[in-house]
Amino acid sequence: MDSQKTVISVNALAKYYKVPTRDAGLKAAAKSLFNRSYNTVKAVDGISFNIEAGEVVGFLGPNGAGKTTTLKMLSGLLHPSAGQPQVLGYSPSRRQADFLSQITLVMGNRSQMSWDLPALDSFELQRAIYGLQRAEFEKTRDEFIELLEIGELVKKPIRNLSLGERMKMEIVGALLHRPKILFLDEPTIGLDVTMQRRIREFIAEYNRRYGATVLLTSHYMADVEALCKRVIVIHNGRLLFDGGLSQLLQRFSAFKTISVTAQEGSDLGQYGDVVGNQDGRITLRVPKADASQVTARLLAEQRVDDLTVADTPIDDVIEKIFSQKSAEGDLP
Amino acid sequence: MRRHIDFYLASMRIAVLEQIQYRAQNYFYMIGMIAEPVIYLVVWSSVANQQGGSVGGYTAGSLAAYYIVWTLVRNMNIVFTPYGWEWRLQHGRLSAELLRPVHPIHYDVAYFAGWKVVVIVLWLPLAAVLALIFKPTLNPTWLQVLVFFLAIWGAYLLRTMFLSLLGMITFWTTRVGAIYELYFALELILSGRLVPMTLMPAWVQRVAVFLPFQWTFYFPINALVGKLGPQELLSGLGMQLLWILGGIGLVNIVWHYGIRRFSAVGN
Repeated sequence: MDSQKTVISVNALAKYYKVPTRDAGLKAAAKSLFNRSYNTVKAVDGISFNIEAGEVVGFLGPNGAGKTTTLKMLSGLLHPSAGQPQVLGYSPSRRQADFLSQITLVMGNRSQMSWDLPALDSFELQRAIYGLQRAEFEKTRDEFIELLEIGELVKKPIRNLSLGERMKMEIVGALLHRPKILFLDEPTIGLDVTMQRRIREFIAEYNRRYGATVLLTSHYMADVEALCKRVIVIHNGRLLFDGGLSQLLQRFSAFKTISVTAQEGSDLGQYGDVVGNQDGRITLRVPKADASQVTARLLAEQRVDDLTVADTPIDDVIEKIFSQKSAEGDLP
Repeated sequence: MRRHIDFYLASMRIAVLEQIQYRAQNYFYMIGMIAEPVIYLVVWSSVANQQGGSVGGYTAGSLAAYYIVWTLVRNMNIVFTPYGWEWRLQHGRLSAELLRPVHPIHYDVAYFAGWKVVVIVLWLPLAAVLALIFKPTLNPTWLQVLVFFLAIWGAYLLRTMFLSLLGMITFWTTRVGAIYELYFALELILSGRLVPMTLMPAWVQRVAVFLPFQWTFYFPINALVGKLGPQELLSGLGMQLLWILGGIGLVNIVWHYGIRRFSAVGN
């Protein structure tokens, strides 16, 4: 990898927490006053990866996998227990002003805007915080307002906006200083599909226009599919996969999905696992290697009105990876 | 420097805009707050009248002046409290503030300074009503007025530093309310908030000399109401400055260790 283009470098990054534990009840509470026991939680346990300038990378994992902890370490909010990361050549935990001026962290469930004021006033504060030149600030602000079509909304107090509208304001506020690195933690959480799409388009446009690097966590696979060519999957704090989205599907999806509209009463169970049956359309899951053979048999042996073959949806693949790994308790 | 001034002005502007939204709440809060000095004033005026017109050198008129000026100084002393620090840490607000290339305490100082602008405007009619009722005796010199103006901002900065220090205890304890209540009790006795310091026992006055409290209440009020000479006025400002600088130093030290702990635990 060309080190000149590497903007995020993570090597054996770890974050361990010492958490007090006790049983339920008064007796246990009293005992814990004198003899407290602790567990060490390995929130992030030695992950390594590099991200190059301009990449948009999906950072996937189930709840508690260590995604947010990693983003917090990369943005300087948490000191790592081991493995000092480098972001734009800075050590994030030192939180130097020059570093903070070049990054942003958007957390979908946290607000940085003034609740009582129109977003325009909060944007003005952002200008002062980052010491932006007024002309440059106004150009960026108006550009973002136009891209997200929020010309009227920015004049209303934040408290009068819907969740999705507020999220748009958050994102504009977080990007006014045109950061080179975007850490986005569930930026579309709780939003309807239209709003999710609009925010995805905006992130894609920002990446294209400014060449920014994006590390994105999301539980919505549509976000990942639309934005990320590369994904990093972590589970129980450890790296499970780092590569192209298509490679992820190849590696972890051993099945294809065949959707068939056949004559009523047809028994298709003999061709594969029936995983869905809706309005006469039956969905079969078959091993990838057998897919072409099963398709041929279906067409030859059944009266088929319609048939499609597709890769297993990415949501199902991810869900399967996580459930498998949870059952195994650790990585291979 | 220019960037810092711009940031301060923008933050103050935000505070003014937000507090104007809650002007009625602000007003009711101020009216409620007047009960405390009015009670002190009535009690001490009665004592003064029973003792032949003055107590500890304060006449009924000068006591009225003391407690009316008190209402402004009290408002100037409203800063980001340790309860605010608790909220800031528990709700993850500090994380958002740490992402900015500006120290969070700069924002606290700037925001509450902006709030004071609204407070002073709201205070003026209340002070006029109190003056009509209690008829204060107040004849300050121009130097006293100037020193008072500086001293109320000095008191604001001084109290900001010391309450920030208390607030930062939340980095270790999560809750700091009980310690704040203790601080509050000490402040009540040792600051001149309850009564002018000259009415306190001599040993309390001796102890108070070595503590920051009286420079946040008694000195600013006395600078306008009392009979301090130029040397006393200027040395008072000097004492405020020393305590502010000491407070800044302590804030930096506690912040250094506190933020390391916060970064280790996070929220």
